[in-house]
Amino acid sequence: MTVVEDRPATSDAPPPRRGNPVWALLRNSWRQLTSMRTALILLFLLAVAAVPGSIFPQRGVNRENVAEYFAAHPKLAPQLDRFFAFDVYSSPWFAAIYLLLFASLIGCVLPRLRDHVRALTTVPPKAPQRLDRLPHHDSGPQRPEEPAAAAAEVARLLRRRRWRTRLRETPDGWTIAAEKGYLKETGNLLFHFAMLAVLVGVGFGHWYGWHGNRLLVEGTDQGFCNVITQHDESVLGPWVDASDLPDFCLRMTKFDATYQSTGVPKSFQASVGVSEDGGEYRSRTFTVNDPLRLAGANVYLLGQGYAPVLKFTDRYGAEQTKVVPFLPTDGMLTSEGVVQFPDVNIDPATGKRDPALQMGFEGVFLPTGGTDGSAVSKFPAADNPVLYLAAYRGDLGLDVGTPGSVYALDRQQIADGDLKKISGERPYVLRPGEKWTLDDGSALEFAGIRRFATISIRHDPTQGVMLVGAVLGLAGLMLSLSVHRRRVWFRVTPAGSGSVIEAGGLPRTDYSAFGEEFAALTRHIKEGTP
Amino acid sequence: MAELSNQLMALTVLAYLAAMVCYAGEYAFGKRSHIGKAATRELVGAGGPPVASQEEAAAPAEGRDPLIGRVAVALNLVALVLHLGTTVTRGIAADRMPWGNMYEYILSTALIGSAVWAGVLLRKPAVRHLGLFASLTLVVLLGAAALIAYTPVGPLVPALNSYWYVFHVSTIIISSGILLVGVVPAAMFLIKNGWDAGKRGFPYTLGKRVGDAGTLERLTFRLHAFAFPLFTFGALIAGPLWAEASWGRYWGWDPKEVWAFISWIVYAAYLHARATPSVKRTTATWIAMLGFLTMLMNLFGVNLFFEGLHSYADAG
Ligand code: HEM
Repeated sequence: MTVVEDRPATSDAPPPRRGNPVWALLRNSWRQLTSMRTALILLFLLAVAAVPGSIFPQRGVNRENVAEYFAAHPKLAPQLDRFFAFDVYSSPWFAAIYLLLFASLIGCVLPRLRDHVRALTTVPPKAPQRLDRLPHHDSGPQRPEEPAAAAAEVARLLRRRRWRTRLRETPDGWTIAAEKGYLKETGNLLFHFAMLAVLVGVGFGHWYGWHGNRLLVEGTDQGFCNVITQHDESVLGPWVDASDLPDFCLRMTKFDATYQSTGVPKSFQASVGVSEDGGEYRSRTFTVNDPLRLAGANVYLLGQGYAPVLKFTDRYGAEQTKVVPFLPTDGMLTSEGVVQFPDVNIDPATGKRDPALQMGFEGVFLPTGGTDGSAVSKFPAADNPVLYLAAYRGDLGLDVGTPGSVYALDRQQIADGDLKKISGERPYVLRPGEKWTLDDGSALEFAGIRRFATISIRHDPTQGVMLVGAVLGLAGLMLSLSVHRRRVWFRVTPAGSGSVIEAGGLPRTDYSAFGEEFAALTRHIKEGTP
Repeated sequence: MAELSNQLMALTVLAYLAAMVCYAGEYAFGKRSHIGKAATRELVGAGGPPVASQEEAAAPAEGRDPLIGRVAVALNLVALVLHLGTTVTRGIAADRMPWGNMYEYILSTALIGSAVWAGVLLRKPAVRHLGLFASLTLVVLLGAAALIAYTPVGPLVPALNSYWYVFHVSTIIISSGILLVGVVPAAMFLIKNGWDAGKRGFPYTLGKRVGDAGTLERLTFRLHAFAFPLFTFGALIAGPLWAEASWGRYWGWDPKEVWAFISWIVYAAYLHARATPSVKRTTATWIAMLGFLTMLMNLFGVNLFFEGLHSYADAG
């Protein structure tokens, strides 16, 4: 592994030039930066710098966890935040390390590329004076031919074994120099260039990629189109404009899930209709591990849950139906949610909306309720669905303009007494088809259940390039680690009517099997086998 | 079948333990001159044939090895077979590849490590003096698996149901198995090197009976150089391919991913250090030891301390 050692000694001891000190400083810094020692230190720094990202929650990975951390450590968290502890991988100090490594890598591989091209185009060097000083030496082989023919034969044998061979005539006979294993350095350079490509790819992916998340409920009335406003959450790369998103619409016709008897999921499948660029809806399916691949975006299935269908009939007889996703809180899909009806109980005589008469219901949905009445689901399939709800009447606080959670009622409104609980201590139990009539004659009906899927819509333009880069890099790495560079020399001198051949071998990298190879080579030359 | 697997597991640990005791016995009471010399000779021979050809005639007959050493090897092989049985029956019981959760993952990783060790042992019987350390590592790994990470047999969750899962996990298991075994010659090299340098404190006394330092160092490098590309494929190609299909992004800095990245960088640093003539071989080997610690962190620490997407990593 010492190919680097014998780089032409250009830079090690440059003649002291009197010149611009700034230039000298720059040159020195560059030489420092591109030294192997610096590369080592930078690699270490990169490894160490990556550690905090596994200790602290990361915004890029899970925003909620970061929020929880802030809540749990109100003093410490803002301090940590100043050092980008929650954005380690996009922090300036992380970037500084990998950019330095990037520079070091360029500074390292470009000269090596030049040297390697030079090595590939130059002939193997002349034989050293004393072959017996080399790590491997054999003075034995004799051949019946005279030196010129014997040397040609040796060269032929070497070339057949794909040694790069050079025949030279000397005053007392012939020498043959041969070298093999150039692929090691080729592979090594390929690997390091692939690393550069991957680093560049990561950057472009970050700049030109985007993604959005969306909760999609079954039913053609619940479809969505791929525009920012219809994503529940979206992240666009710095160089992506909202109008760049590909135009397609999705509606989920059916969501199938099967489970083991233990409740562990066995399979999921989302059946959807897809319309691209305003075309007809075509049926497609996708599942976990098998995303929906569309032009310019992929759609991934991330999660699942239930959306009860609730129909509210107000005190004047007006009806409203809502399909409300409840968010799962455990593996058995015990789900929490809220349904709000701000526009009900409008007196048909006046047409005025009374904010004190808005309605809200909050509670849990169990796909499989137990017999014990506990609010915990026993199984994730909808075998015995139950809703446990509490009813509230009053100002839901939706008009204030501060966007609250759509999965819980506004606690402040309840605390202020503007939103009052009108059901009893214990939540009301509703099963599909059942109706709950309230004190003022209004009623809530549990009209049905639909499934929902949480999906992620993503585009990463450099994914393919990255894969190619990684595969090439791996190929280069394997070449680099398995090929060995070595040289052999033969000196052919006359001996009687034939010739004697002295052989020397030099493994240029740590290559323990070279002895065997060298022995086989000299044996073949002795025996003249092909 | 699941029951059988659990019983085999207990037997496996016992067999490794017994092998360890015998190795320790030989280590403590064996005649230094005999084993030490044979070890040096054979290992050096393996490193370069010319030496081997000179020494071949002088190599001692196998039969002269102390009985306890041969018993240790036999027990080691029995343990390996039991280990294989444990893993296979586990796979049959679950009707899938036996690497769906942390317990199975460690079981399979240790199996690969053990098989590599047995392979080295059979090809070069003289490395037997490392057996104490190899079997100790295995006992600790399997013990931890059984005590901390045991999970009843269950099917795969849909997220794990993918081809890439098979490639990803199998290559990572094989490569981390080899990297875990690689720590044995690495540590022995450092100990032996210290002993040769005249250190006589505790860990260095272990170096008294160990073969040639250079050979140990070369073995360390070979194991690492072999496992590194495999680990690269498993963690940095197959893993991201699967993550892309499953989670929509090929890399997301999940704690498992972070630590795989860290291990990879540290091992890359090891290869660099070893390739740099100005860096001492001991320094390079210390980097390999550090790599081993990061692997342990990934295998156990991440599952115990952090929460992430790698659901199978739940220690239960
Ligand atoms: C992104 C960071 C880098 C990674 C992941 C990386 C990885 C590797 C790996 C795995 C090897 C082992 C292959 C082998 O031994 O043949 C290697 C070899 C090498 N690397 Fe890097 N490297 C990085 C950056 C650099 C930099 C910045 C330099 C220049 C200073 C450099 C110079 C070399 C050299 C000269 C070798 C050949 C060693 C030899 O086998 O003789 N690498 N690199």
